[in-house]
Parts: sequence; structure tokens; C-alpha cells
Amino acid sequence: MDSIWYKILGAVVSFIVAFIVGMTYMGLSRKITARVQNRKGPPFYQNFIDAMKLYSKSTAIHHGLMQHFGPAFIMVSSIMTLMIVPVLNDGKWFPNLNFDGDLIFLLYIMVFGPLGMALGAGQTGNPNSAIGVTRGLSQMVGFEIPWVMALVALMMQFKTTSIIDLMEVQAQSGTWLMFSSPFAFIAAVLAMLGMFRYSPFDIVGAPTELASGPVSENGGKYLFTLMSSGAVFAFAKLTLYVDLFMGGADNLIVLLLKTFAIYLIPMLYGVVSPRYRTEQAIRYFWGWPTFFGLLAILHAVFF
Amino acid sequence: MINDKNSQKIVDIIQNWARKQSIWVLAYGTGCGAIEIPPTMTSRYDAERLGVRGAATPRQADVLLITGYLTTKTLKRVIRVYEQMQDPKYVIGFGSCTINGGMYYDSYNTIKVLDKYLPVDVYINGCMPRPESVLSGFGKLQELIADGKANGAQKYKDNLDWYRANQKRIIPNWVMPDYNW
Repeated sequence: MDSIWYKILGAVVSFIVAFIVGMTYMGLSRKITARVQNRKGPPFYQNFIDAMKLYSKSTAIHHGLMQHFGPAFIMVSSIMTLMIVPVLNDGKWFPNLNFDGDLIFLLYIMVFGPLGMALGAGQTGNPNSAIGVTRGLSQMVGFEIPWVMALVALMMQFKTTSIIDLMEVQAQSGTWLMFSSPFAFIAAVLAMLGMFRYSPFDIVGAPTELASGPVSENGGKYLFTLMSSGAVFAFAKLTLYVDLFMGGADNLIVLLLKTFAIYLIPMLYGVVSPRYRTEQAIRYFWGWPTFFGLLAILHAVFF
Repeated sequence: MINDKNSQKIVDIIQNWARKQSIWVLAYGTGCGAIEIPPTMTSRYDAERLGVRGAATPRQADVLLITGYLTTKTLKRVIRVYEQMQDPKYVIGFGSCTINGGMYYDSYNTIKVLDKYLPVDVYINGCMPRPESVLSGFGKLQELIADGKANGAQKYKDNLDWYRANQKRIIPNWVMPDYNW
């Protein structure tokens, strides 16, 4: 069971599952958006067709070395995040690489991908990319603060920096952390709105305004890489939220139900909201989410 | 096995199916025809259910939609955009102006026949073409892609000298990068 081959197999299987689930969720979000707008909408598997088409396109764009590395960086970051996050309780099926202090490592590695992409986008020399990168980094400064505050509150409350330990705590006490430390949950969910970059916070991609921002010079196979890394990263983030606040999942069905319930929050909020400007987005994140993050830390210290 | 003709045929069928089901459109709003694109995309006609979707930049797009008349000034930009797009790429000529000049048949600063400057795969007739005819034009393009007959880009590469000569006749100060694919 503990052999290296078993771990490699687990990594490959969890990557495939993450890819399929993430792509299906993105397709479902397109469908639900269409239904909200009183349209029929594309089929839920439309994203797979798009991915196949993008992969079969030729890619004859060269702006320099970093431009080719950018999508690779973001893919590496997504896969590393996925490897750290335990998919199921008790390490059943998908044994991932957990260790003490992985919550702190996660905070760093989740920022690594966008930074690599920023380097790659910078080299294309496209002004839209440059504006998109500056907007993305500003937004990241915005939502990282409540997100880090929520995680620090959890770490202080339970005196651990390991995701597995936090899941253990929930399994032993029988209540989800969502209820036992509610302020951290609220701060983390409000930060998630920015992390997913759906509609009021889609200031990075900003279709029709920035021409898709940092990815505007990436077509064909690069866009395929970015799309699949987005799907994997979405699945990893949703699983992390389920692990931290909703007690993890015992099997895949429960995991899908819980992750989709979490996924509906940024998606439905996005469907009915117009886009913020950059300074409005940052002001939003440094307002109520940070307030709830502070409350969470006070709650962790005094209770 | 990999270079076998029959296996390549199977790959082509699958790829053409994917290309047909997922058409990302760069709606280059050259003329008045651009006003028919929003109704085609939004709730009433909903082109997204056919997989037709707007693309933000030429790098990501499959179809270049020339919506209406092309002035000699915009022709240069359209050529630049078309050559930045990645293979396979298609062009849809939209409205009568792209076919024979339409109501601008005697104008001094619009081009009359788009096919002399860019390889057009599908024409949509009308002035204006309604969203229904736009959708039927996309349907025609899907048929052509599925049959592997939408090879305008290949035609452009093969007859590049002829197209370049026509383009340079319209554009006197030609300062554009040379693409050699």
C-alpha cells in the first residue's frame, strides 16, 4: 500500500478525476448562466469539446522563452495544490502527499501559478496582458488578506498547521468547522469570490474590456493548458474548502455534492452581478471579509 | 500505425467534429452588420447552444466574421488580424457588401469583392442578414468543417502571391510583418 507506485497511481487518478470534475463544473456553470439569462445554453460537456478543439489547433506564436513557460507554471501550481489537498477522508483511494505544515505551504503554492503566468504574460508585450496582470496582482493582494486571516484563525484555534489534523478535529467533535468557527468560514467564502474570478471580480479576464487579459496572446494548446489547469485548480480549491470547513467527504458522491454546493456560491453571485472596477474590488475585500477575518482571529484567541 | 492513413482519417473525423461543435468567433465590426451580432448571441437566438461563442483575441478565434463593408483603411487591419489567427481558421463574409459591394458598389473607398483579398469560406447574403440567416450561415460552415471542405486558410497559403498582389494594390504604404507560417 505504501509503495511509491501506489502513490504515483493515486496522483494520476486524482488528476484525471480533478480534470473531469472541474471541466464538468465549468460546463454546468455555463449552462446555469444561460438558464438564468433565459437561454437554452450549451450542453454541459461543451467545455470538453472546446478543450479538444483547442488541443487540435496549431500554435505558431513565439514571443520568447517565458511566454512558453507561463502556462506550464500555472499548470504545475494547480497540480501541486491538488497533490497537497486530501481528496477523501482517511486517505482512501487517492493518497496524496500530506505533511505537517501543508496549510502554510498551500498558502505559498496557490500564489505561485499566477506569478508565473504574470511573467509569461509580461513577455508577450501585449498591453492587455500587462493591464490584466497588474489587475490580477492587485486583486490577489485584496483577497489574500481575509483568506490568510481565516486560515491563521484555524491554525491558532486548533494549534495545528496540517489539513489532516483539522479534518481529524471535525471527525472527533462531530461538528463541521463551518459551525464551530463561523467567522473564519465567512471570511474564507468571501475571499473565495475573488479566488474564482467570477463576475463581480472578473476584472482580470474582463472580456470585451481587456480582451481576456493575461491570456490574450495564448491560443491553441496554450489555452488548452490554461483551461485544464483552471479546472484542476477549481477542483482542488473546492475540495480544500470541503476538507477545512465541511468535514471532508467519505466517498466521491458526497464530495461532488459538497463541492458543487460550495461552487454555487461564487457562480450564482456572479450571474447577477456586474463587474467591479479594480479599486472597488480591493475595497470590497478589505471591508467586510477582513472584518470577519479579524473576528475569526479574536474568536480563536479568546474562545 | 501512427502515420497510417486510416488512423489519420479517424483522427480527422474526431477533430473535425470538435471543430464543428466549438466555433469561436472574432466578430470584427467593420460595418453596420455588427448590429446583428448581439441579437444572435443573446437570449432570443442564443448561438451559444450551437457552440458558437465570442472570442476576445485573434489568437483564440477560429472564425473571422467580416460584418459588412470593408473600407480600404480597415482592410489592412483585417489582414493583420487574419494572419495572426491560428490554423484552422475560417472567414465568413457577412452581408451583400462583402459579395459584390452591395449598396457601396460605386464607392471609391470600400473594397467590392472580399474574396480577392481574404479566402472566404461562407457568405451570408442579405442587407442586413437577419439573425436566422446568420445562424444558418454558421450551420453551413459546420457542414463544411465536418466534410473537411472549409479549407480557405490552405487556399490562402497556396495562392499567397495572388492575394498579396491584390492587397498591395489597395494598400499603398505596405508596412506589415512578413508571416511565413
